Amino acid sequence: MKPVINFFSTSAAWLLGIAWLFPLLYAFWAAFHPPEYATHFSLFAPLSLENFRVAWEQAPFMRYMLNTVVITSLILGSQLVLCTLAAYALARMEFFGRGFVFALILMQLMVVPEILIVENYQTLASFSIIDSYIGVGLPYLASAFGIFLLRQTFMTVPQDLEDAAKIEGCNLLGIIWKVYVPLAKPTYLAFALVSISYHWNNFLWPLVVTNTEQSRPLTVGMAIFGAPESGVDWSVICAGTLISVGPLLILFLLFQRQFVQSFVHAGLK
Amino acid sequence: MSRKSQLYAWLLLLPALFFLVSFTHFPTLKTLWRSVSTLGAKDAPLNIDNYLFLLEDETLMQVLSNSFYYALVTVPVSIVLALAMALWVNSKMTGRGVLRLAYFTPTILPMISVANIWLFFYSPEIGMFNAVLDWFGHPGINWLGDPDFSLFSLMVMTIWKEAGFFMIFYLAALQGVSPELYNAAAIENSSAWNTFKRITFPLLMPTTLFVLVNAVLNAFKLVDHLFILTKGGPNNASNLLLYYIYENAFSFFDIGYAAVLTVILLLILVVLAIIQFGVLERRVHYR
Repeated sequence: MKPVINFFSTSAAWLLGIAWLFPLLYAFWAAFHPPEYATHFSLFAPLSLENFRVAWEQAPFMRYMLNTVVITSLILGSQLVLCTLAAYALARMEFFGRGFVFALILMQLMVVPEILIVENYQTLASFSIIDSYIGVGLPYLASAFGIFLLRQTFMTVPQDLEDAAKIEGCNLLGIIWKVYVPLAKPTYLAFALVSISYHWNNFLWPLVVTNTEQSRPLTVGMAIFGAPESGVDWSVICAGTLISVGPLLILFLLFQRQFVQSFVHAGLK
Repeated sequence: MSRKSQLYAWLLLLPALFFLVSFTHFPTLKTLWRSVSTLGAKDAPLNIDNYLFLLEDETLMQVLSNSFYYALVTVPVSIVLALAMALWVNSKMTGRGVLRLAYFTPTILPMISVANIWLFFYSPEIGMFNAVLDWFGHPGINWLGDPDFSLFSLMVMTIWKEAGFFMIFYLAALQGVSPELYNAAAIENSSAWNTFKRITFPLLMPTTLFVLVNAVLNAFKLVDHLFILTKGGPNNASNLLLYYIYENAFSFFDIGYAAVLTVILLLILVVLAIIQFGVLERRVHYR
């Protein structure tokens, strides 16, 4: 009885695995073969890079990619600095209103800026910074999630280390930079990977605040590129899709273990 | 605590708080204000016209029922699949590394990009799903164009996108279960199902609650795929609350009504937040 159950269980696991990978495998198939093979499978289908060439010509992928990279790095850089400072204050300093500040931060974990697109758009419009990198990044420059995660990590750092650094004559910023930051490296990696994949994939807010390819990230560019009105065929869309997910996919395959652990780490804190 | 350290604490917090408050707390309050005041109504301090319109808005009823139905189906199915995936990947099965990769990959891909691929699968003439139905002699279904199927089609893709993400949390929890418990169960000759029911499942309960709340939140916050697959159609059959807010604000330019709808979404999130904090309390008790 047991081998039979095992056999079924293994088969089910693999069937599901294949089903889960299938859309990506299909995209590879369609992108690397001539359009007439998009709908039927043949072992002898010739390989071709033509779809990539067409996709590349029809949409400014380089520009989109650059925009995404700039926006994602701008957000990540700012988050790392601002969250570190705030997390240290919350983890190690006594001050009036700490409970209140912490409550504000927990609140932000629930109500993300995405659902406030209407008001946030009005705010940005009143400062005339629609359609700019800073406009796309602004609502995300600080992360409640990052503060929370770092605060939990900083609280596990032994107080003795900080006291020793003080005796050595370190000032406040020196203590944070030399004692806390090095000890929280795994948390920084976890947060960075989660943040990068979140903002690389973010769509709704960039859609609302960008109008031109000067600031449009890949996701918004892909939505326009893939729209039926644009009359692009499937193979080309698949090629475009692969171009847009390529860097992230490579990053993921290289750091697979860290990625998975980061998501766990980030989720369980 | 000295004055100076109070000052330093606030200086450290200020930059981060400034951005959080400017783009979350402040707009939340502004949304509440806007929902009761419209530009044309200067004579009345409060204007509840927008709220009165809620009652007449049949589309809203449709959108809300879609949103709840969407959560009601995608959340439990994703959770059951996630649990099964975690158990498989955690067992001594051959190729579990590859399987883990396969299950997790959809999570890191942008919703927009994968929706483009799924759009092809769902397309009526040449789509893969209809090709499969064709083998069985079925004439095929207009997956995204038929009001009876469009929401269902969105659900299938959402489950595919999310199950692997939730698997990760179960996997972490499973790796924390003490092997002694399983050794004890083996000595007692407990069946696999019994072991799962008596040991694994109860120990995973805090994880299940955590995943549950996050899955419900996601069901209300994530609408990217609608932009590619259905645009809420046909005739709002697959429209969801956040997409409806977007439509009102940026297609119909009715900011006041969009604010009222945002208030509804905020209320739903607040209720979920209250549940989540209850859940987190319980997680602590388990430790």
